[in-house]
Amino acid sequence: MKTLRIEPQGHGIVSVILDRPNEAYNLIDVTFAEDLARCLDELEAMPDLQGVLLRSAKKTFLAGGDLKLLSQVNDANGQDVLDLLTSFKHSQRRLEHLHKPVVACLTGTALGGGFELALACSRRFALADESLRFGLPEVSLGLLPAAGGVSRLVRMLGLEAALPLLTEGKVLTPKAADAQGLLDGCFASEDELLGAATAWIAEHPEVLAPWDQKGFKLPGGLPNSPRLAPMLSVAPAMIRQKTHGCLPAPVAVLAAAAEGASVDIEASFRIENRYFLPLAKGGVAKNLINSLFFQKNALQSGVNRPEGEAEPIHKVGIVGAGMMGAGIAWACASKGVEVVLLDVSQERAEQGKAYSTRLVEQRMAKGRLSEAEGEEILGRIHTTDDYQALADCDLVVEAVFENRALKAEVSQKVMAVLKPGALLASNTSTLPISSLAEAVPEPSRFFGLHFFSPVEKMPLVEIIRGKDSDEAGLARAYDLVQRLGKTPIVVNDGRGFFTSRVFGTYTYEGLAMLAEGIAPAKIENAAWLAGFPVGPLAVMDEVSLTLLQQVRDQTRADQQAEGQEVVERPGDRVLDRMLALQRTGRSAGAGFYDYPEGAKKRLWPGLLEALEQAPVEAPLADLKDRLLYVQALETVRILDEGVLNSVAEADIGSIFGLGYPAWTGGVLQFINQSGLSAFAARAQILAERYGSRFEPPASLIKRAASGEPFKDKNIMESNS
Amino acid sequence: MTPDALIFDAVRTPRGRGKPGGALHEVKPIQLVAGLMQALVERNPVDTAAIDDVVLGCVSAIGDQGGDVAKIASLYAGWDTDVAGVTLNRFCASGAEAVNLAAMKVRSGWEDLVVAGGFECMSRVPILSDGGPWALDPETNDRTGFMPQGIGADLIATLGGFTREELDAYAAASHHKAAAAWQRGAFGRSVLPVLDATGQTILAQDETIRPDTDVAGLAGLKPSFANLGGMGFNDVARAKYPEVAQIEHCHHAGNSSGLADGAALVLVGNEAQAKRWGWQPRARVVSTAVVGSEPTIMLTGPAPAARKALARAGLNAQDIDLWEINEAFASVVLRCQQELDIDPARVNVNGGAIAMGHPLGATGAMLIGTVLDELEARQQRYGLVCMCVGGGMGIATLIERLEG
Repeated sequence: MKTLRIEPQGHGIVSVILDRPNEAYNLIDVTFAEDLARCLDELEAMPDLQGVLLRSAKKTFLAGGDLKLLSQVNDANGQDVLDLLTSFKHSQRRLEHLHKPVVACLTGTALGGGFELALACSRRFALADESLRFGLPEVSLGLLPAAGGVSRLVRMLGLEAALPLLTEGKVLTPKAADAQGLLDGCFASEDELLGAATAWIAEHPEVLAPWDQKGFKLPGGLPNSPRLAPMLSVAPAMIRQKTHGCLPAPVAVLAAAAEGASVDIEASFRIENRYFLPLAKGGVAKNLINSLFFQKNALQSGVNRPEGEAEPIHKVGIVGAGMMGAGIAWACASKGVEVVLLDVSQERAEQGKAYSTRLVEQRMAKGRLSEAEGEEILGRIHTTDDYQALADCDLVVEAVFENRALKAEVSQKVMAVLKPGALLASNTSTLPISSLAEAVPEPSRFFGLHFFSPVEKMPLVEIIRGKDSDEAGLARAYDLVQRLGKTPIVVNDGRGFFTSRVFGTYTYEGLAMLAEGIAPAKIENAAWLAGFPVGPLAVMDEVSLTLLQQVRDQTRADQQAEGQEVVERPGDRVLDRMLALQRTGRSAGAGFYDYPEGAKKRLWPGLLEALEQAPVEAPLADLKDRLLYVQALETVRILDEGVLNSVAEADIGSIFGLGYPAWTGGVLQFINQSGLSAFAARAQILAERYGSRFEPPASLIKRAASGEPFKDKNIMESNS
Repeated sequence: MTPDALIFDAVRTPRGRGKPGGALHEVKPIQLVAGLMQALVERNPVDTAAIDDVVLGCVSAIGDQGGDVAKIASLYAGWDTDVAGVTLNRFCASGAEAVNLAAMKVRSGWEDLVVAGGFECMSRVPILSDGGPWALDPETNDRTGFMPQGIGADLIATLGGFTREELDAYAAASHHKAAAAWQRGAFGRSVLPVLDATGQTILAQDETIRPDTDVAGLAGLKPSFANLGGMGFNDVARAKYPEVAQIEHCHHAGNSSGLADGAALVLVGNEAQAKRWGWQPRARVVSTAVVGSEPTIMLTGPAPAARKALARAGLNAQDIDLWEINEAFASVVLRCQQELDIDPARVNVNGGAIAMGHPLGATGAMLIGTVLDELEARQQRYGLVCMCVGGGMGIATLIERLEG
């Protein structure tokens, strides 16, 4: 046995200690499954066995399945994966069939397969350390807990309580897991835990799993019971509302749970396998594992962090207490960073701080913050109208209107007072950093720091490297973003950088569709069905068409200044018409949608008529693809231009910052998953039908010819 | 030559409110059916051994309604043990399906005399209590895009641009027409009071008709399906109806069919049986049809089913004197009459399920009796019954009144 060992504890009690050699964590793979089976051979052969303590020698208990393996399931190895699952589950049953007390000693995090093994134990005792996590998050990676997790959780908690945990993949702290009935006790120290476990073993010489007891009844009733049946009839629709029908795992989990609940546990295990395999073989799980596990972990571990020793940033100045500045203040203060929030008047600055006050109150009402914690956060935000107050900040973020002159003025004022070595960043979403830097006395200290709105919810920050930006400064910003609990991506300079430029293609595609005469509802529904959280028309109403206009005007002015040709885009006409009608979005009370008082917004029925556009029919598949393809293609161009530095940043940036559907694995993984040649061919068709913006770039055609998917050398990814 | 399927008689119970407290709640389904059986052979004297089969529709055939009530009721009614019986389920069209099947049996020449009809005591065996994978098996539910019927009805209204006011006006008219029909005795021939064992009347008239219903009164009722829609079903419709910005939830308890208890029977046979028992055929079944339709919206089947039955008969919609389009929901009727371009004055002239209720397994057979009575009253020729059906289906039965 390589990955675990048995240690006698005296009085017939043994410890089974999970300890994978040369690794920081335990995981479930073929070797582990074989070791566990051998371990059971030994336990079964012990004549005086009284009980088992299942423990880990690592910081975590057992991480779960080997995701490298699980991201590579295909027709060829599918049976091997099923065999592994079956072997693991067989060992779990043998553990239960010892009929001896087995206590899972959860001194570290146990997720997925790790928690499934714990569920096969008689009791689960955990360390009361709120940094630990328990649960079955498989569904969030497009899979389902097929190592007995579905079957046992349903039998422990009943369908009603188990389904939210299973279909949403909720990961819980010890306290929450205990409250949900997933644990049998939390203990302050490992000694206490082991003591309690040993005592429990002594008190329970014979143990039979509830589902092996005669007359076992499913808690809360069977799926066809009058109490559960109505819930089950709505559950798939509730899931579809969240997944838009794009993610197959949640319904598969629901189905496995409901079907498994009506049969014996061994049959339920087989049902788990049958729903698991198609998920594991499918593209969505591979995409999710690739982006939300491998790429995200790599970025969070700093694989693309700019190089350099980085002094931590303790104090952040923010100029402009509007929505973005106020949000950045919250992001910093809530993570322990001191903030100076500056606006043209003390009153305005206070208004910006009030944003954080509201968030604190909301969180206190929900019990997520104590009063003391709330006060502490608000105490970190110092409001002012005096630039001198910024003097000792380590970083100042300028978050004023997207206006070059104003930004230049603010930058100069800041730099005049800022202490040596401190940094200045612009929260511009579109203006090229290097051009803004021209107005900054020391451009090496200047870069872009692009937060997304609403800041408290959006997990991404785009760091923009100007041509003179100092690497160490960028590294400091990178570390700060991580401290704020957000994922940084670092891109090079260019108009709109990565995210705004790609976002612009999404909104403009919506405008182009309108210009063609496609029904507004169909545009919005196509976006929803493709997996986008907000349709292009709704999102334009949110950011306001005035902003689109400002960006367009600035772009045109800059292009003219640089002697470039200003090109009319399909959709410009629609934007002009909407501006002329003064329907500029939600803040104006009217945009593509109407915003009736006290009622839900509705698409404006007069829209197509106002555009003087005859309605046309378009295949739904084309509409969905246009919204997905236009962004992927723009990303390829951005990659070609050297603005993006990695595939992972493109994929994660698109999912976290742009709402690009997670099922795709991100903008570039979408191309990989479609098949490079198939993607290029489809893009060509779209180009013929809808315009040259869909022409596949030469680099993509070259990649397709040489079969070279978008992939980072330094990040392990799934085979797609 | 193919024998004609002749209709000799049609009887039904009044419809009770299909909830505990409704007048027929205390009556066992088998009594409801057997009572009609006994009355039918009293009105049409016959040696019951001549009856080949009893075909009854019932949607939730479990519990009190389980175990092939068609056969057991014939025993309960004291009919000859030679009589066979089958209970079938074509969701809301079960009663119509039973009559259609009886007609097919007779026209095939393989059976001579069949009692067809249906029953449903929704106060005792609630809708959906028989379970079924369509709604309750998550995999099936998801794969087929299951959506409750009411949301389909709301979607039909949205697509058709039918306003809440139009639907409510239609619903109020249903009550007015039903009340007027009772007033002038239009249901007198077919509706048999439900009596108890001591001869006391339990229910003599349809229980839920409210002659004073008006649009203003209905306007206060809250939409029934907005909550369910908001929980996710509205989103199920998006893939199939992307042109719809949002489903307008405009159906409520007042413009949808009511839950009901009731039963109906139709006596179907061939010419030889008419001669043998000295019966005067009242009508013949000209054609029947069933169709499948898009299942998520679910309720658009009546028009295509009617067209199919018309085509088989070589007739067109304008040839039909009277229509019974089941009032499952107001929008279903409005859409169907619009699709077929038929004169609303010929449709549901004596009201429908909005006023009188929809005892699922029985309604189809009831409508065939209703249209036959009215053809006789008006001395008209053709009547067509069509219904929307769960799972996305439609059914139609076209009959021709025969001169007495």
